[in-house]
Amino acid sequence: MAEIEKKEQQNASFAANYIDETIKADSDSRVKAFVKKFLKRKTAVLGLIIILLLVVIAIIGPSIAPYDYNEYDYMNVLTGPTPEHIFGTDHYGRDIFSRMLVGARLTLGVSLSAVVIGAALGTVLGLMAGYYGGVIEMLVMRGSDVLFSFPDILLAIAIVAILGPGIINVLIAVMVFTVPSFARIMRSATLAVKSSLYVEVAKSLGCKDSRLLFVHIFPGTIQSLIVNFTMRIGSAIMAAASLSFLGFGANVTEPEWGAMLSQGRSYIGIASHMVYFPGLAIFVTVLAFNLFGDGLRDTLDPKIK
Amino acid sequence: MLLLSLQKGANFLMSRYFIRRILETIPLMLIISIFVFMFIHLIPGDPARSIAGLDAEEWEVEAIREEYGLNKPIIVQYVDYMVKLFKGDMGRSMKSDTPVTELIADRMPQTLKLVFAGVLWAPVLGIFIGVISAIKHGKMLDHVSMLIAITGLSAPGFWLGLMGIQIFSVQLGWLPSGGLDSWKGFILPSFTMGCGIMAVLARYSRSSMLETLREDYVRTARAKGQKESMVMFAHAFRNSLIQVVTILGLQIGGLLSGSVLTETVFSIAGMGRLLTDSISFRDYAVVQGLLMLFALQYVLINLVVDLLYGVINPKIRLD
Repeated sequence: MAEIEKKEQQNASFAANYIDETIKADSDSRVKAFVKKFLKRKTAVLGLIIILLLVVIAIIGPSIAPYDYNEYDYMNVLTGPTPEHIFGTDHYGRDIFSRMLVGARLTLGVSLSAVVIGAALGTVLGLMAGYYGGVIEMLVMRGSDVLFSFPDILLAIAIVAILGPGIINVLIAVMVFTVPSFARIMRSATLAVKSSLYVEVAKSLGCKDSRLLFVHIFPGTIQSLIVNFTMRIGSAIMAAASLSFLGFGANVTEPEWGAMLSQGRSYIGIASHMVYFPGLAIFVTVLAFNLFGDGLRDTLDPKIK
Repeated sequence: MLLLSLQKGANFLMSRYFIRRILETIPLMLIISIFVFMFIHLIPGDPARSIAGLDAEEWEVEAIREEYGLNKPIIVQYVDYMVKLFKGDMGRSMKSDTPVTELIADRMPQTLKLVFAGVLWAPVLGIFIGVISAIKHGKMLDHVSMLIAITGLSAPGFWLGLMGIQIFSVQLGWLPSGGLDSWKGFILPSFTMGCGIMAVLARYSRSSMLETLREDYVRTARAKGQKESMVMFAHAFRNSLIQVVTILGLQIGGLLSGSVLTETVFSIAGMGRLLTDSISFRDYAVVQGLLMLFALQYVLINLVVDLLYGVINPKIRLD
C-alpha cells in the first residue's frame, strides 16, 4: 500500500516538475520570440538606444557638464556655438550645453513621474471599474468622459491656472490628463480578461477580490498597459514643454528644455541657437519614445507578423 | 412595399441613434459646466483674495466677494452662473472692465482664421500621404511617408514655428514673423497649426486603409476582375475613411485650443493669447468663459462627428 502511495507521489511530483519546466520553457521561448521580433524593427531599436542614452545623460548629466548650469558670464552673452561653448550661450552668458545636460533629468523626470503616477492611478481605477462594474464603473467612466472633453493641452493649462505656475504643478497637470486614457484602456482590458476561464477558476476557489484583481487579472492586461505607457510619455514630454513654453512651467533658473526654448524666443533674430538646441532635444526625445512605442505595439500585436 | 418599410425602419433607428447621442451630450455638458464653475473655487485659499491680489485692502476683497456672489451658498452661485450663462452673460473682465463675451468676440476672428488656415490643407495632405503609404505598403515611398508622419508627430509645433521664423523671416526675409495681416502672414502659422494633424491623419489613414485592404470584399472586387484603381478608391478608400472621420473630428476639435501655442509664437491676438494673458493677470472671469467655450466646442464637434459617423456607417446606427 505504502509502495503505491510513494509511487503516486513520485508521479505527481514528476508531473508538477514537467508542467513547471514546460511553462518555463514556453515563457522563455516567448521572450526569445518577442526579442527576435522586436530586433527586426530597426526604427524601434534606434528609439530604444536613444532612450537609453537619454537615461544615462539624465543620470550622469550634472557631473559631466563642462560649466555650472547657472553660472552667469556677462562677457559672453548670446554667443553662438564655439569650441568652448559647443551649443553657445544664453542671454545671461550661461552655457547652453551644460544647461541641457543638467536639464535632461528635470525634463525627463517631470514627464516620466507624471506618466508613472497617472498610469498607476488610471490602472487602479480602470481595473476596479472593469471588475466591479455598477456605480464604480459609472463614476470612473463619466469622470474620464469629462476629462476627455477638454483637449489635452487645455486641461493642462486649466490645471496650471488653478494651481499656479511651477514645475511641480506642471507635473500634476500632465498627470491628471494621463489618468483617463489608462482608466479607459485598463477597463476594457479587464473586461476582456475577467471572462477568461482561469479567472473563473480562481474565483470559484474562493480567491479574494484584491488577489484576483492584482495577481490574476492585472498580468493579463499588462500588454495594453505597456504600449499605452510608452505612447503617453512622448505626449507628456510635449505637454510639459508646451506649458513651460507658455511660461507656466519652470522658472528662469531651472534648465528645463521647454523653458529654455521659451526664453530663447525673444532672441530668435540674433541668437537662434537658444531656440534650436533645446527644441531639437525635445524633438529627438519625443521621436525616440514614439518610435519605441510604435515598435513595441507592432511587436506585441499578434495580427502583425 | 418591402423596400419602403425597410427604409422607414432604418429611418426610425437612425433617428433613435441621433436622439440618444444628442441626449447623452446634455449630462456631459452639465458636468463640464460644474467643473468650469468650480474652477474659481478650486484655487487654493480664498478666491476673492486671489482675485483682488495679495496687497488688497479688506474692503476690496469684500467688494469682490459681493460682485462674484462668493458670499452666497455654492448651489445658489451655480444656479446664478448658469442663468447668466444662458443669457449670454459670462461676467466682466477684472483687467479691462469689459464683458467677457465682448472680449472673446473681439478675439475670435483671429483664432478662427488660424484654425481655418490649418484645416484647409493638413487633413487632405495627411489622408493622401496615408493612403499612398498603404497602397505602396512596405516600399520605399511607404517608409519615407511614415518617417515624415512620425517626424511631424514628434516635433513640437511651437519649435517648428520658431525655426520657420528664423529661416523664412529673419534669414531670407520672405515671410512676416507675426500677425495675420496679409496672405503671407498665414503661411508659417498655418504650417505650425497643421503639421501635427497631418501627421496623425497620415498614420491613421494608413492603418485604416491597410485594414480595409485585407477585407473579403476587396478580395472579391479584385477576383471579379475590377480595375485596381477602382478597387482602391471605390472599395478600400471609401470604407477606410469611416474610421478616419472620428480622428479628424478629435483633431479639429483640439485645434481651437491648440492655437494657444501658435498664437504665442506668432504674436497673434486671438483667443489662445487671451487665455494665457488672463491666467497671468488672474483675470478669472475671462479664463472661466474661455474654458467653457473651448470645452463646449470640443464636445459639440465630437457630437457632430459621431452623428456623421452614424450617417456614413450604417452598422453603428443599427446597433
